[in-house]
Formats: sequence, structure tokens, C-alpha cells
Amino acid sequence: MERQYLLGNEAIAHACLESGIGFVSGYPGTPSSEVVDVLRTVKDPGYHVEWSVNEKVALENALAAAWSGLRAICTMKHVGLNVAADPLMTSAYTGVTGGFVILSADDPFAHSSQNEQDTRCYAHFARLPCLDPAGVQEAHDMIPAAFAISEEFSLPVIFRPTTRICHSKGDVTLGKAVPNTRKGEFHKDPRQYVVIPAHTRILHKKLNEKQPALKKRLVELGFNHATVAGKTAVIASGIGASYVQELLPKGVSFMKIGAYPIDEGWLGEFARKHEKILVIEELAPVVEEAVRQVAGCVPVFGKINGYAPYEGELNPAIVAAVMVKAGFLKENPFATRDAVQNLPPRPPILCAGCHHRAAFYAMKKVFGELAIYPSDIGCYTLGLQLGAVDTTICMGASITVGSGLAHSDATRDVVCTIGDSTFLHTGVQGLMNAVYNGANMTVVILDNRITAMTGHQPNPNTGLTAAGVETPPVSLDALCRACGATFVETIDPYDMTGMLNVLEAAKAKPGVKVIIAKQMCVIVARRTGVKRGRYVVNPEICIGCGTCVRFGCPAIEFADKMARINDLCSGCAVCARLCPTGAIAKEGRK
Amino acid sequence: MTKSFDILIVGIGGQGTILASNILGEACLREGRHVKGAETHGMAQRGGSVETHIRIDGEFGPLIVPGTADLLVSFDLLEALRYSHYLREGGKMVVNRHMVLPTSVFTQKIPAPKEEEIAAQLSRFAPCIIDADQIAVEAGSALAQNVVILGAASWSIPLKAESLLEAVKKLVPPKTVAVNTKAFELGRAAGTAP
Repeated sequence: MERQYLLGNEAIAHACLESGIGFVSGYPGTPSSEVVDVLRTVKDPGYHVEWSVNEKVALENALAAAWSGLRAICTMKHVGLNVAADPLMTSAYTGVTGGFVILSADDPFAHSSQNEQDTRCYAHFARLPCLDPAGVQEAHDMIPAAFAISEEFSLPVIFRPTTRICHSKGDVTLGKAVPNTRKGEFHKDPRQYVVIPAHTRILHKKLNEKQPALKKRLVELGFNHATVAGKTAVIASGIGASYVQELLPKGVSFMKIGAYPIDEGWLGEFARKHEKILVIEELAPVVEEAVRQVAGCVPVFGKINGYAPYEGELNPAIVAAVMVKAGFLKENPFATRDAVQNLPPRPPILCAGCHHRAAFYAMKKVFGELAIYPSDIGCYTLGLQLGAVDTTICMGASITVGSGLAHSDATRDVVCTIGDSTFLHTGVQGLMNAVYNGANMTVVILDNRITAMTGHQPNPNTGLTAAGVETPPVSLDALCRACGATFVETIDPYDMTGMLNVLEAAKAKPGVKVIIAKQMCVIVARRTGVKRGRYVVNPEICIGCGTCVRFGCPAIEFADKMARINDLCSGCAVCARLCPTGAIAKEGRK
Repeated sequence: MTKSFDILIVGIGGQGTILASNILGEACLREGRHVKGAETHGMAQRGGSVETHIRIDGEFGPLIVPGTADLLVSFDLLEALRYSHYLREGGKMVVNRHMVLPTSVFTQKIPAPKEEEIAAQLSRFAPCIIDADQIAVEAGSALAQNVVILGAASWSIPLKAESLLEAVKKLVPPKTVAVNTKAFELGRAAGTAP
């Protein structure tokens, strides 16, 4: 038994190794990404590991491995589960033979997400068991149990950590890694794996028949447990349970829900012992609705009657406030403190030297303020601060939203941006559709050959697999041409003149024009030792016009009515090309 | 409520808050203490404002509530002010004098407070403000600023300085152990003993 100070995701990854994992897949998404990132760096792993092109692909691959008797995990974030929802719903019918864990990490407060949906609702929808850890150690300990439950009930098990589990740390007691000793073997059984209506009607009945035993087992396993201590009770789930335990006064009963579905009989028996119940959970009122169904006349406090918030992330202060409001705590132990107002914000921005900034600059220069700029999910969403992102919905939606706009508002230019990973995720279908249906638009693929936002995971455009094996990269140019686009140009966005020219050419032509703005991610460049040298401003030539500062690069500052370049400079030279007086040059050159 | 010692480390993405958190966690393990923490990942790493919560002897959740932190460690002067409401009455503050102006100051023309103004606003916390960049350069690398500040803060952390230094040696890249050891020691010398 070893103790380490680990990130929740690292602890989860280690628990997979302790479970004899045989297959790993996923699509990166904050806060889930580090699970596969840890598992892909294990030497001689004894399992297949891949970053898949999207979550549906990841789930289907892992499902097949679990059908073959291996223990498989696939990881994603909550919005990724929407992409994988199609196979998810049917995988509950087919079931599995090897243990199958679907990790879908939720992000209350949308720290880095486009919405705040609750994975537990999908578990309920699909009638699949769902484990909901309350801390890092529990997240670790639940993983072997999740594989065991999956094998006991022949069902995929959903594992739902939240940002505060994935990205929190703790001293974790680890078990021993167990190598995968199973050999995958698929046994044909069309009645199980071919979901034609005649089979599926039977499979659906079987899925429903599994539910009562499953509910009982989750109580037996101790994931759902309760201590009766008085006439009032707090029922909590996930990280909220940790906050409640820190605040809980003596003489108040406590129930912790760590797994779904909840056994109604057991829950009802607990509820009836109390005169008043408070439910604390993040996002959707999943536990609360179950409690209300069995509580009878016992008053229940929670989201539904306005005592707790539906949106955002819980913290001990919010939980204390809810407990006070509902009469479970005399006073809030936390004084309200206001942050200092009117400080200049420091939101995340595109890195100094990021070529996306140059691409956005060129786009705006050529197409102007009137054009519409749909964008997508990735680092380049930060182009919002450069005024070059008008819409963002979900992965792959830049091209589809763009073509929709182009067909609807024909008087304006539509220029959409999408990253290479996102294009391969679900952008290709949109491009195919836009070309086939005759849209007029420009698609700029911001190609840095890596999935940068989530921590530089490789994708089929990188030329390396998750395990670091070289592999032929996809040709984005050929792929776009295969989708029917005839105007496909690849350009280095650091070459400002070339970029402006190709955008002008695109603007002049009808149809779908694709520009692949290709350059290495600056973080990858720095890590691989690329040194371009730094740029400096010559104070004798600088007229303080501010052109370079408006470019928005964090390496350029303005002091004493003059520009200055700081230590962040990565030597991309774009500012030198923009400067109207030629005051910016490579350090050491005149 | 159990009492943990709560430290908030703040700064700008890329300044080494996660390494600092790992050093504290490793030092806790060496002393057999429980520790919980929460950190900023993803978007905030792109030069954004970052915060890392660490609760030494923490048993429950990883989050520190505003007004309850025992120690605020900041790698940037402006960020110290942004998160100063996290500190409890009588809490300690260790801050790098160095300040990076947010790009919003230039692109949106938002006025930025001057160094003296920030120092004046922070003065009620009696902060220990140190020139970490200068000390780090003296130690051998400007990149060691986070370890300098950790050294300066070590007086206020309820862990042995030796445990912290051993954790530094274990977690920094092997080539930089000597530089970081010196950075920690110079930082500790620059800090204020209680």
C-alpha cells in the first residue's frame, strides 16, 4: 500500500491499472483528459490505448473490447457523452461480458465547458448504474468496484467524477497494479449483439429486470449508506457530501448517495424516520426527485422548492447557506467576503506567438466587421477576445452553423474557424454537407497538428498514436477535396502577406473555400526546442501608434507611450510584419 | 469542523502553481499528514489567472472558502490583490513584487493599479513582499521564482522546512536541483520568521 499526493484523474488511472485493464479509449475533454494521458504513458502496458477521433468512436471501440471479455474504459467529458449517446443507449441493451466503465466527467460551474449538464441523467435515461465519488480516495476505490459491478450485472457502468474530483488532489492510498491477463475473445451471439427489433424487445425487458437486484447491490456494497442520529436528515451526493460532512451538526442524520439507481425501499425507510430532510447535490435534482417520490408527508428541502441552486458549483459556503436557510444549521460559519472590485481581468488568452491570433487578424482584415465568424471548441475559442468568434455551440458546429447562416443571410460573408482535432471529431460531416448543399462560405482550419486546449493529446493529424508510435497522418487537404471542396489552400499563418492573399482569393470565389492555416502549436514548439529568437522594439522608430498592441499578443506591452516586447516573445515575427514604421526587428539586428 | 491549515496559491498560468502544490503535497506525505487540494486546469493555463487550494490536515472537501485561508501565496502582485478576500483576519500573505500586466489593460484600455497602490491596499494584511525574480536570478534561473516564494512562505507553513526542501529536490527536474535548492534557501532567508 503506497501513499501518493495525486490528482483525482491520476488516482483513477492508477485504479484502472489495479483492475487489470485491457482496453483504454477516449476523447480529450477538460476535466477528464488526464486519465488517458496517464494510461498512455505507462511502459509495456499490456492493454490497447487510443485517443479516438470522437466520443462515439471511443465508446464503440471500448464496447467491442468489453464484448470480447476484456476490461475496458472509455473517457470523455459530459458534453462528449452527448456525442456518444447513440451507442450508450443501446449498449445498455446488449450489455457486456468484460467489465466496461464509461467515465464521463461533469463540470459544474462550466469552468471550461459550454454547458452544465448532469451525466447522472444519462445513466437514468439509459438505465445504467452510475457511480458518483465524493473525493479523490473514493474515486480511486470505486473504479475496481465499477468493473466488478459491470461484470456481475453484464452492464456498462457510468463513472461520473466532477471537476472537483478530477482536478483536486489528495494523499491517496494506492493498491498494486495488476497486469491484464485476459485474452480478448468474441463469441458470436446475434440475439445479444444484433439489435434488430425482434431481439431488442427481449433485451429491453432483460435490462429492466436487472434493476431491482442492482439497486439492492449498491446498498450492500456501501456506496449508498446512512447513519440515523436524530429527527432531521441531510442526504448528499458527490463532492457535496464532503462539504456537508465538514459542516454537519451533531444530532442530524446523514445519508450519502454514491451510486445510482437508488433503492427506493431503502431510501423510503430512512426518509420515514425523519421529520425534515435536506438534499444537497450538484447540478440536476436527481437524488432529490428520488427522495420526494418516497418521502410521503416528510418535508423535503432542496432545489425544487428553491432552497438550493440548480446551477453552478457547490462549495462549503454555499452548502452552509443552504443549511441555514432550511434550518439545519444555526448560523453560517463563513463570513461573506467580497473580492476587490475593478481590477483589470486576466482571462485565459491565446499564447504569445500563437498562430491562431495571426489567422484571426488576417481574417478580420480581409472580411471586416460585417462578416459573420462562427467558431468551434478549442484554444481558438479564445479568439472571442479578438472579436473574431461570433458563435460557438459544440464540437464540429462551426461549419454547420456557418453553412446555415450562409443559406439564411446571403448578403454577408461567413468565415468559420475550426481546429484540426475538432475538424476530425465532427467537422468533416459538416464540410461534406456544406459543399454538397451549395453553401457560400470560407472555412479556416486552424491546424496546429495537436489537440492543444486539453493538454496536447495527439489526433490523427499529428502522426503519432496515444502510445507514441509513429503513424501516417491524415491529409487534411485530401480529406477536404474528397468532401468536394475545390478551393483548398494550405498556408503558414505567420506569413501575413500570403495569408491575406489567400483570404482575398477565397473571398472572390463562390462555394465552400477551405484554408488550412498550418503551423506548430507554440507550446509544442517550445517543448521541442524550436528557437526563433526574440523581437524588440526600436524606441527611436516607434511612433506609439498601438497597431502592435491591438494585435493582442501578451508579449507586447505599452509603456511610456511606446511599445515594448517582454519575455513571453516566442519570435513568431508577426508583429514585425504588422508594424507600419518597421520599428520591430529581431533582437541583435538593426 | 476539523481544523486544517488552508493555503491558497495564486498566480498566472505557467508560473508553476501546480509544481508548488505538488511540493506541499509531497512534504505532507513525508510528515504523514493528510492533505487535500484543488487546482485550475484547462483554459486558465493560457496566461489566465490561476488558483490552487491546499488544505494541510484536510479531511473533507478540497475548497477553501473566502475569508478562511490561513496563508495566501502569490506569484504576482496584482493576483495577490485579486484573491486577498480569501485570507482570514490575521492570515499571512507572501507575495512576489513582480507584476505582469494583463493584456486586457492594453486591448480594452482598462486602467491597471500601480505597484504602490496595490502595496498600499495589501498593507492591512502586513504582507511579506519579496523580489522573487531577482532572488531567482541570483540562485541561477529566473524560472525558480515559485520555489523562492515557497522558501519565503516556509516560515508560515506548518511543515518542517527540511520536508519542504526534500520535496523540492524530489520534484524539480534533476538538472535543476542545485539551482532550486539555492532558490529555496535564499527565499527562506528573504522571508520573515514569525
